[in-house]
Amino acid sequence: MSSKLDLLQGTLDVMVLQTLATIGSMHGYGVARRIEQVSGDEVLLNQGTIYASLVRLQQRGWISATWGTSDNNRKAKYYAITASGRKQLAKDSAYWHRLSKVMDRVLTMPLEGGL
Amino acid sequence: MATFKEALQRMLSLFRKREQDVELDQEMQSHLEFAVEENLRAGMTQVEARRRAMVQFGGVQQARERQREARGLPWLEILIQDLKFTFRTLRRDRAFAAIAIVILGLGIGANIAVFSVVDTVLLRPLPFPNSGQLVRIVTKNPKSGESSKTYSADATEEFQQRNRSFQDVTGYFAFSSDENLKLVTTGQPLPVTGLMVMGNFFKTLDVQPVLGRLFTPDECVRNSRAVTLLSYAFWKRHFGGDPAIVGQAINLSGTPTTVVGVLPETFDFGSVFSPGSKVDLFTPVVMENIRFQGNTLALTGRLKPGVTVPQAQAEADLLFPKLDFIVTHQYKPDYTAKLSTLKDYVTGKLRRSLIVLWCAVGVILLIVCVNLCNLLLARAAARSKEFALRSALGAGRIRLLRQLLTEAIVLAGGGAALGLGIAYAITAWLANQGSIALPLLSSVRVDHTALAWTLAIALLTAVLFGLAPAWKISHEHLVDALKDSGHGSSAGRNHERMRSMLVISEVALACVLLVGAGLLLHSFLRVLDVDLGFEPSRAAAIQVDYDDHHDADTRSAIWQNIVHRVEAIPGVETVGLSDNLPLSRNRSWGISAKGKTYQKGELQGTFVYVISPGYLKSIGMRLIKGRDISWDDGPKSQAVVIINETVARRLWPGEDAVGRIASINGNDALVIGVIADVKESDLEGNGGWEMYLPATQAGPDGANLVIRTTLPPDTLASAVMGTLRQINPAQPATEFRTIQQLVDHAVSPRRFFVVLVSVFAVLGLVLAALGIYGVISYSVTQKTQEIGIRMALGATQGRVQIDVLTKTLQMVLLGAAVGVVVSLGISQLIATLLFGTSASDPATFAGMMLLLGVVAFIAGYIPARRASQINPSIALRNN
Repeated sequence: MSSKLDLLQGTLDVMVLQTLATIGSMHGYGVARRIEQVSGDEVLLNQGTIYASLVRLQQRGWISATWGTSDNNRKAKYYAITASGRKQLAKDSAYWHRLSKVMDRVLTMPLEGGL
Repeated sequence: MATFKEALQRMLSLFRKREQDVELDQEMQSHLEFAVEENLRAGMTQVEARRRAMVQFGGVQQARERQREARGLPWLEILIQDLKFTFRTLRRDRAFAAIAIVILGLGIGANIAVFSVVDTVLLRPLPFPNSGQLVRIVTKNPKSGESSKTYSADATEEFQQRNRSFQDVTGYFAFSSDENLKLVTTGQPLPVTGLMVMGNFFKTLDVQPVLGRLFTPDECVRNSRAVTLLSYAFWKRHFGGDPAIVGQAINLSGTPTTVVGVLPETFDFGSVFSPGSKVDLFTPVVMENIRFQGNTLALTGRLKPGVTVPQAQAEADLLFPKLDFIVTHQYKPDYTAKLSTLKDYVTGKLRRSLIVLWCAVGVILLIVCVNLCNLLLARAAARSKEFALRSALGAGRIRLLRQLLTEAIVLAGGGAALGLGIAYAITAWLANQGSIALPLLSSVRVDHTALAWTLAIALLTAVLFGLAPAWKISHEHLVDALKDSGHGSSAGRNHERMRSMLVISEVALACVLLVGAGLLLHSFLRVLDVDLGFEPSRAAAIQVDYDDHHDADTRSAIWQNIVHRVEAIPGVETVGLSDNLPLSRNRSWGISAKGKTYQKGELQGTFVYVISPGYLKSIGMRLIKGRDISWDDGPKSQAVVIINETVARRLWPGEDAVGRIASINGNDALVIGVIADVKESDLEGNGGWEMYLPATQAGPDGANLVIRTTLPPDTLASAVMGTLRQINPAQPATEFRTIQQLVDHAVSPRRFFVVLVSVFAVLGLVLAALGIYGVISYSVTQKTQEIGIRMALGATQGRVQIDVLTKTLQMVLLGAAVGVVVSLGISQLIATLLFGTSASDPATFAGMMLLLGVVAFIAGYIPARRASQINPSIALRNN
């Protein structure tokens, strides 16, 4: 377990937004599984924690929710990204790309003598 | 935008809690079912599939909590939870809650009320725009009442022209009395109080009328048409607030007078310039009319922007000595001027008293906090198991502290609400005490500053009395508390030691209050005990209206008629008239021994009273030598005068004054009598110079009929008024006042402070007694078993009582010892407020200690008695 990544505060929200943006309308379980699969099971995720993220995003108006029925006739709440959610996602992904590039550069800095 | 939306949503979710919980549960339910299905498809057994799904999901309860936190306002929910719990606990413990709230209410109420007074009188500026520029101008060393605090018309006008510090200098006529005018309407003439003010009076104070306009310059000269401005209260009371009155003429003492305006409600002349009196209407002072009346104007000025009081003072020091008394006479009366801001002049003398009062209520609040701390500690001791249990069940330390603080804040809130109610009642009552001669009292009210103060006090008390027990509990060892059955264990002892300390400090604080109140009370009794020089009991006075056309013979006849007719009323002993009464309006003239020359400063203004025969006897002044005046001392006979002992001693030292010739304002008068000194302006100072002239020879300034009776004075009011009406149908319905009322009015500020401080001291004493009772009673309950054992082993009831009382007395003695030491220091600070009483007056200290001891004894005796009645067999069987 210790080899898995602990999620930074706020990262889960971005993952959820990105997932919904790619796969369209989906229920909580689907979103959680999708994140696990895409991360290559690298992410330490108690699937239950997804619901705090979903309700937060919903309250901010970035995703919407409706009750629907699954292929195998099960009642589930389906989430979909909204227009303002897409805007937010664009902002967040730009931020993460920049951050990861910077982190990458910093961490791969060649060794130098002196100052 | 998103954050606002989120906040709104979070708020809304508070009200949809259940619905959202159900929805989440459904969602999580289907989540698990999806997971189980997928696992089954992957080939797991039913049991394994379910187990894996649960593991992947993580804690269901945690997920629920996290979702709730994300969607709602967790801190608010916890607060609501705490509040609910607090209300439940307090409802269960109703007696405790009630006592706590009442104690707090009294403490906070007293604080708000006193703060409102302090705020109004000391902190808030006077109710005039830029009131900091207003300066009162009085003589540097006033010795003889109003006459020496005022200036002549010429001096005023000269100063107005010559000064460069003031925007404007104005004044009012300082010698008009209450009910000096009568409003003649269709019915009975109505006595009203009018005040003459200089034309620029309201402009200088920057008071704008709510209706009409102020006086114009041409209304302030001789033979101009008579005009008046009404005070707001008078306008409301007598004209029903009718705006049409402006422009109409009313009949004032026979003169048709046009009402030109109504002054605003916020302008109360009495409360600023002449505490304890009310003015109904204002008329312009005509300078020509008072030019030869001497010093009559009380001056106030408005400084130019940027000019300081010391600068203006420096200028005044140069100008005033050069001012003329009357320009055409070239006589310089050596005027001096002491400038102080109007605010300082009005409230300066009260500063110390009010601060003392403020401190007293502060001490009360401290005692209240200590007391509640004590009560909460007792409760905390009883609840330590509850808290230990809750903490064993997973409640965090912070959460428990929060719960305790919430309780404290709820109690403080209840106390603050009650306190506000009390304060509103007290301030409303104070504002209507027109008879208390304290400035600005009528505008005392609980305003937003006071409300902010309440909030601050409530929070402070809550933290003060809530924190100690909270701290105590949160530091208690969990396991110990669970094991501690509360009887004689070390934790119990610790609680008790802390509580004893609290009681000792409470006793010390109460002791300080008691000593302070005792000293002030002692002073007050001393003041009431002073020799007034007259006898107020069974004497009354009423203002008499008459018209003598300024003729001494006519006046003599009218006055004689009044005296004889009123004397005939059954129950009336003696009757006399005087223009001025002691402890009210006064004026002064000059007197000297004829033929002697005096150095500067040797003579001083002498209070002058123009009287009828019988007046001295009626008011109870004591003739020491010589005779009273008689009706035979007529307008054409030898001018006579009666002087007081001080004048006799100063003008004819070591000689008999009777039979000497005095010079009064340049005219000769034979001294026919000497009376004992009279407290003419206040009870606490030494009497000044006084002289009494017959109304048949000198011009009186109005007339007060003084009646000495064998009956209660009030019963004569209607008979006297009836007789006066028979003599003069135009006699207005002036107030029939007992002479005692004059004395009461003069001592009212001191009475006001003494009553308040005493009430606070008693409150402090009761609270301290409650504290003692609480601690002793609690310790007796705790030791029921121990006492039972001792009694089973042969201890007598008396022995048990003595033990309990000894513990009480130990605490009280310690507290009193600390209290006395502190009191000795503090009483020096109030030394200037005392009268005829030393700041370390042993009798007062001893008396207060005795009082404290007795009350403490009673507080300790009740539980001691209970302890001695413990039945050993029952006590041992319990627990």
